Amino acid sequence: MEKLRYERPLIRKLESDMPNKFGSRTEFLPKTHIDGIAVKDLINDYGSPLFVISEKNIRETYQSAKKAFTTRYPKIQFAWSYKTNYLSAVCNVFHQEGSWAEVVSGFEYDKALANGVSGKKIIFNGPDKTEDDLRKAITNDSLIHIDHLDELYTIIELADEMKQKPRVAIRVNMDTGVYPIWDRFGFNYENGQAWDALNKIMRSGKLELVGLHTHIGTFMLTAQAYGTAAYKLADLAIGIRNRYNHKIKYIDMGGGFASSNTLKGAYLPGTDTNPTFDDYAEAITSALINSDFEPGNLPLLILETGRALIDDAGYLLGSVISNKRLSDGRRNTIVDVGVNLLFTSFWYDHKITPAREFTHYVEDTVLYGPLCMNIDVIRENVSLPLMNKGDQFVIHSVGAYNLTQWMQFITLRPKVVMIGSDGKPYLIRESESIESITAYEKMPEHLKSFKL
Amino acid sequence: MKIKKNVAISDSGFIFNPDTGESFSANPIGMEMLEMLRDGMDYEEIRKNILDKYKSEKDTVEKDYNDFITMLKQYNLIENDGQKDD
Ligand SMILES: Cc1ncc(COP(=O)(O)O)c(C=O)c1O
Repeated sequence: MEKLRYERPLIRKLESDMPNKFGSRTEFLPKTHIDGIAVKDLINDYGSPLFVISEKNIRETYQSAKKAFTTRYPKIQFAWSYKTNYLSAVCNVFHQEGSWAEVVSGFEYDKALANGVSGKKIIFNGPDKTEDDLRKAITNDSLIHIDHLDELYTIIELADEMKQKPRVAIRVNMDTGVYPIWDRFGFNYENGQAWDALNKIMRSGKLELVGLHTHIGTFMLTAQAYGTAAYKLADLAIGIRNRYNHKIKYIDMGGGFASSNTLKGAYLPGTDTNPTFDDYAEAITSALINSDFEPGNLPLLILETGRALIDDAGYLLGSVISNKRLSDGRRNTIVDVGVNLLFTSFWYDHKITPAREFTHYVEDTVLYGPLCMNIDVIRENVSLPLMNKGDQFVIHSVGAYNLTQWMQFITLRPKVVMIGSDGKPYLIRESESIESITAYEKMPEHLKSFKL
Repeated sequence: MKIKKNVAISDSGFIFNPDTGESFSANPIGMEMLEMLRDGMDYEEIRKNILDKYKSEKDTVEKDYNDFITMLKQYNLIENDGQKDD
């Protein structure tokens, strides 16, 4: 007789029906394949841990976001937020779909140029643009979003010196009813800073004011905050038209739409509670359409959506290293994925599922990474099937920020694979080697040798 | 190592401890181990039975058995008669 599949013995106390801190979710439904490729084959071919990105998911998500806006508003342009994920293969999927580039540093700016984005279609945000960065952006006729007055004065000087008229917008911050207000970037709407900057731009005559920009926060859980923000930018635009008879070309609403992830401490999963693209689009476009723009003369609406476009396309595959018990009897499981690879585990209760079928028996588990540090907790509590050493799992919705904020710590960062729309896997980033780390180090002559 | 005498184990995977009023559930292998413990089997016999029936290894079963016993103790389901552990 063939032997049965083994599972470790489990006994658990039945609590009353009150949902406990482990939540009501159980995550025992396996994710065995990603876009038709078996997780176990991916790990076999590329190692564990492994980041996997679905090209198909990116394109579908992009199309659904685009549709939410184009069905409501005549002129829409997305600009891919490089900081969210600047792996070039990922950026180029967005560029193929029609996205411009949104960058916040000289490094990101150069990356966008190197990817083939024309300077005219790069939006340059952020408080730290060096004079060299600004020169380059002016030469390439990029869209420069001014963050503070020092930058405004520098650009006016450069315009003089370079005999060019830079295309600029200002970043505006404001009270949208969501607190804390992100008021450290840009010029404030309510206290008149925004108008002060706009007057300086218009009176200088040296800059071409093409747009107004805001980024009201990230992972915004109320769509209406965007309605308020769009209304305030429209009010500024109409004020500029009235005062200077000047029409701005675009309103850029920044990023910040929530992805499907579940924020830590949230009672219900993000998929049930977070606003949809349609919710955000409805709030923004109705504010613009109902403002005093002439109907045939609405400005272009730019969106710098980051996480909501890429989170779901990213998976992090890993393997169980060991199961243990904490002193209070709780199960803990050590896996080969640490917080250095999954920065977003500080914000989210990431969905984690096994990569093969298990029985429906689950155990409340603390999920630890392999870093020798107390902060290395992937999930503080999750109900998982009875996984053992070597069992593989899939962490969902990790496409945003992890591949730009990951840290090299005690081991080397793993490979990243994109599953193409053709269903084939493509290696889009090699794993690091010891040489890739030590190549940047320099050894002073007197430290080159030692005797032990 | 013995399960307390008055602990009720049902065929459907539920365990009731009348001393504390607490109920528990177990997966099928957990139930089998509980029944073997109740029938007075020692660890060697239990391990043999499990390995005859399931695809696993000695080390794995030993580790999981010890972990299971820890939980039974924590839940107060084990007779506290000073008996040797195995
Ligand atoms: C100016 C700007 N635009 C866009 C984004 C993308 O935001 P998100 O990923 O929340 O959509 C950010 C992120 O911080 C940002 O600072």
